[in-house]
Amino acid sequence: MKLNIYIRKKDFLRGVIVFLFITLLSSTYYSCKENPSVSEKVIAQADLTGIPDIIDFTFDVKPILSDRCFICHGPDKNAIEAGLSLHKAEDAYAALGELKDRFAIVPNKPEESELVHRLYSEDPNILMPPPESNLVLTSKEKAILEKWIAQGAEYKEHWAFIPPVKSAVLHTKVTDWGINEIDNFVLDKLQLNALTPSPVASKEKLMRRASFDLTGLPPTPEQVQEFVNDTSEDAYERMIDTLLGTKDYAEHMATEWMDISRYADTHGYQDDFERTMWPWRDWVIHAFDKNMPYNEFVTYQLAGDLMPDVDLEKIVATGFNRNHKITFEGGTIPEEYHIEYVEDRLQTFGTTFLGLTVECARCHDHKYDPVSQKEHFELFSFFNNNKEKLTIPLPGTTPEPYVTITEKDTEGVLSFVNMQNSRKKELDLMVMYEREEMKPAFILNRGAYDQPTDAVFPDTPNSVLSFPESYPRNRLGLSKWLFNEENPLTARVTVNRLWQRMFGTGLVSSSYDFGNQGALPTHPALLDFLAIKLRDEGWNTKAMLKYMALSETYKQSTVTTPELLEQDPENKLLARASRLRLTAEMIRDQALAISGLLVKEVGGPSVKPYQPAGIWEETTGGGGGSTSSYVQGTGADLYRKSLYTFWKRTVPPPSMMTFDSASRDLCSVKRQETNTPLQALVLLNDPQMVEAARALATTTVKKYPENIEKQLGYVFQKATSRLPDAEEATMLLEHYKDMRTKMDNGVFTASEYMGIGEFKSDTGVPEKDLASLALVAHTVLNLDETITRG
Amino acid sequence: MSEKKILEDRSLFLNRRSFLGKAALGAGSVALASLLGNQFFSKDKNGILTKDNDFGGNNGVMNALHHASKAKRVIYLFQSGGPSQLELFDYKPTLIKRRGEELPDSIRQGQRLTGMTADQSSFPLAGSVFDFKQYGQNGTYISDLLPYTAKMVDDLCIVKSMYTEAINHDPAVTFFQTGSQQPGRPSMGSWLSYGLGSENKNLPAFSVLLSRGSGRPSGQPLYTRLWGNGFLHSLHQGVQFRAAKDPVLYLNDPKGVTKEGKRAILDKLAEMNDKQFQDFGNPEIQSRIAQYEMAYKMQTSVPDVMKTDDEPDYIYKMYGADAKIPGTYAANCLLARRLAEQDVRFIQLYHMGWDQHDNLPGAIEKQAKDVDQASAALVADLKQRGLLEDTLVIWGGEFGRTNYSQGILTDTSYGRDHHPRCFTMWMAGGGIKPGVVYGETDEFGYNVVKDPVHVHDFQATMLHLLGIDHEKLTYKHQGRRFRLTDVEGHVLNDILT
Repeated sequence: MKLNIYIRKKDFLRGVIVFLFITLLSSTYYSCKENPSVSEKVIAQADLTGIPDIIDFTFDVKPILSDRCFICHGPDKNAIEAGLSLHKAEDAYAALGELKDRFAIVPNKPEESELVHRLYSEDPNILMPPPESNLVLTSKEKAILEKWIAQGAEYKEHWAFIPPVKSAVLHTKVTDWGINEIDNFVLDKLQLNALTPSPVASKEKLMRRASFDLTGLPPTPEQVQEFVNDTSEDAYERMIDTLLGTKDYAEHMATEWMDISRYADTHGYQDDFERTMWPWRDWVIHAFDKNMPYNEFVTYQLAGDLMPDVDLEKIVATGFNRNHKITFEGGTIPEEYHIEYVEDRLQTFGTTFLGLTVECARCHDHKYDPVSQKEHFELFSFFNNNKEKLTIPLPGTTPEPYVTITEKDTEGVLSFVNMQNSRKKELDLMVMYEREEMKPAFILNRGAYDQPTDAVFPDTPNSVLSFPESYPRNRLGLSKWLFNEENPLTARVTVNRLWQRMFGTGLVSSSYDFGNQGALPTHPALLDFLAIKLRDEGWNTKAMLKYMALSETYKQSTVTTPELLEQDPENKLLARASRLRLTAEMIRDQALAISGLLVKEVGGPSVKPYQPAGIWEETTGGGGGSTSSYVQGTGADLYRKSLYTFWKRTVPPPSMMTFDSASRDLCSVKRQETNTPLQALVLLNDPQMVEAARALATTTVKKYPENIEKQLGYVFQKATSRLPDAEEATMLLEHYKDMRTKMDNGVFTASEYMGIGEFKSDTGVPEKDLASLALVAHTVLNLDETITRG
Repeated sequence: MSEKKILEDRSLFLNRRSFLGKAALGAGSVALASLLGNQFFSKDKNGILTKDNDFGGNNGVMNALHHASKAKRVIYLFQSGGPSQLELFDYKPTLIKRRGEELPDSIRQGQRLTGMTADQSSFPLAGSVFDFKQYGQNGTYISDLLPYTAKMVDDLCIVKSMYTEAINHDPAVTFFQTGSQQPGRPSMGSWLSYGLGSENKNLPAFSVLLSRGSGRPSGQPLYTRLWGNGFLHSLHQGVQFRAAKDPVLYLNDPKGVTKEGKRAILDKLAEMNDKQFQDFGNPEIQSRIAQYEMAYKMQTSVPDVMKTDDEPDYIYKMYGADAKIPGTYAANCLLARRLAEQDVRFIQLYHMGWDQHDNLPGAIEKQAKDVDQASAALVADLKQRGLLEDTLVIWGGEFGRTNYSQGILTDTSYGRDHHPRCFTMWMAGGGIKPGVVYGETDEFGYNVVKDPVHVHDFQATMLHLLGIDHEKLTYKHQGRRFRLTDVEGHVLNDILT
């Protein structure tokens, strides 16, 4: 019988192992939301009409093969079922079966292709994917595979592994819309979809948008006014330049880097002792401030200790690879956790710089991408060679290796380290120091620390780029490899993250995964264009952000219509600008900034602002030393930017976590953007917000002592970067009057409300008046527009 | 047309289709706008628009259960620190007889030990100083430390053959709660919220209660990530109910603001937000309005459920005197019942203090007293209300304890190190066979000899009882489909009703 070539081997053990490795599901995530029996039918009917005339492997076929077939017929050579793998043409076309007379795919001949029969079989022993995998193909997907084979079953290399190529900049017809090349690429796509770009946003909106995207803070009403009044041709460009020139820019860029580097102020496991990594954070801010080229910025962090002109600054930068969690738990087996730390470095490296889930090749070859388990551990071995002690550190000690930073250092090469607020005169900072003799590294069977097999040596995955022989096989060589012109990933992944910063979503929406399971670029040619531009222009981050900001695409309005929402709900075509909820940091920092409370000191030890009482104490086991109870700061410590909020990994700041902060347990390059009732509770009831409302009211009455309308307008303007329209002004006035009346009626108690937080109002305005204005300010701080950049 | 262009079109087309699929617009002709007008979306980490709603409208991703469920909700009484099975459930006369003798190598089989006892020169066997007696229809042995639990034994399924992979607290607790020893994955309760949603409109689907044990008041800490949503939508995070001024973080109105005042603020807020929606057409704005209303409702529903002073005296008698002291284990058990009555999906208690490395007898006596009466009362109370039928109650810690003494064994005292190779948990209600002892350990209480139950098996069974196939409830994150049971887990059919 022809068909039995695919029937899985009866070998029980193998079956079990394979079974265990299969990640199962009933259908894709979204179709889970529906009743499959109903919706699938409907979609199937509708879908078959939407199949493209020419089937493309990369965009039509491979997403299906990868997601539904590779788990048993993909790059993991040890998991291949029935000898068939579908990720390469030669394997997919190869003869199969004992007699070598069967073929999964016969190009141009779907009727002779076993794969096609299997897709449609009603016999559960023959059907692919097998029912027990919980994976299914829709009718449309089946038809696509069939049609692809009929058209010749052409394979193509994975797009992200082909170095970017500079395509001729597209010149589109008809319209004069567009300022730079970005717009040509975008417009071209819009025209193909019969869409037109949105008009430019108002100047107020533009300034708010650019200000949040580039500095994490809102503009002041005065700045907005100046920009609105400035009718010169280069007003917008100068505004962008000004933003890029601020320290706020550097701090804002550093904020993202904290997620990426999984920065925290504690070690992260069990008792969660405090650690001192903030001088490294100060360096990150410094590097962004001086616009250090990105390749240099990364090389310092990955291999500063190995650079020929090594100095203390470069050593400090290597703290990047020590930000992972470290256990102090008694009884831990050191080797087990040593492996976890190196794995963490590797995962961070893969996610941040390659956009690859290399961690998935720890227990077996990667299921989806061409990264073998051996290659995983070859990459691992780059990070395995740090001069660490194989012991569990004692409480109160700094795990080796570390450098001691003295006050004298901070007067010299480490001038960027803000020691002023530190109570100590010397600090120990964890860093990387390469061992003289290579620490042996091994492939670990199933990724387990106690099951080493073959020895491995530093090397990089060939599918990405072979490691040049001339490079040293250490972290410095790895950095060179990263920035080698032929490396297809680094520039794309980097520029994509910059795009994500400016537009909300990357051109590749899965900014963490450029592999087979990742999203496809919405504008591949644009992505390549930008990647090459970034690389060719010296990895200049500020220049690239400016270039994006100057595009007409960036400057569009967010106003949308039901029709546009229906056609492009996720705004992948960029026919408008995306409206984005502010991040946890931006929400709090904005409240501090507009109320005048923000203390703009750069760097130094982390601080402890308002936090609900008891949450550290409830979970501590009594260990942890300084982290067993939360000693709230006072004065300036309450008003520093959220970048400086003390991050206790096992109990992170709840108000920030509620707004989707990264947990800092692992590298994270993209946050959620959720909308929950707990967020409403934070904005309504967090003393930080109440105090900001009080302080905002206070600044406002000082500026406009007499005129309530002006006061209300100013409050609104500070929070939203625009003046209220007539309708809104009326609403605000009504609201104020309502609050004022209720103040007299005992619905509010001014003295209590005005006593929340350390801030003291000193206005001479009657307390009930001021409290009423503060309540309006509080309402305004809760507006959707206030916590949004549009 | 260039090849790139062909490709670009394709990608957009596919993306759009997949969204339509997501939004359940199979019928095609349904106008998206009207749909968006009634439902709310926000983006998860994958950039996928997720139907987003108040807790009540959180229907979960599963439109239908994978199979008929036996349980609707779970109360998990997590005993943090690793309770000693040898003093509580797993009666081992051999250890008493051979007290002080070396642990035979044939039993240890070279298994790894923690760094705390690996260097001990001697591993003296230590039997329990507490007696065991037989209870219930099957004559199940239960320790004198658990007199109340003993009386409920016919309602419990005692699993003596649990084992885990981790040998230290942090990875072991994280493993139980998330299916992985390393942090980063969603907690059990988050998976249930994600899969099944909430049945209560005004309370979160996943509630958490903490208490501190008297056995070892300073011991193992907890971590908020244990009830974290990991990579799932933050709507699924566990919400801690606290015996503090703010029963849920940020729940209380600011000082000086009455409920009436708050209402006035919310009304104005909704009015102004609605104007924004009219101007900008973004459905997220409507979602925001709904979240504020939900928050407002929570401000009533949470205090209501936590206000236990309307409970009659006989209830307090059942749960014990501690039940009147907020924040105790007993008070939390009573709260758990009240939350279960409100159809909260997953109620997670953590009781700290079970980590008895030394002076075990004195410490475990106190610790057992903390939990015995209230745990038993909870089962009895659920039963008398008809709630036990569809409520799964789970009692257990992250691992067991060694059969040899950590440190010096004396007549009255000894300690026990962590032991992952066998330990005991019990379950009750919600489709679990009552009055059953499942699994066996060897006479030394060191290895499982019959019906081993891995942590993933336990998790798979729990999901099964709720109508979920643990292999089907997945979430695609960074290209991989994750599930609570990772790549393992078998349902324990033998202990199901």
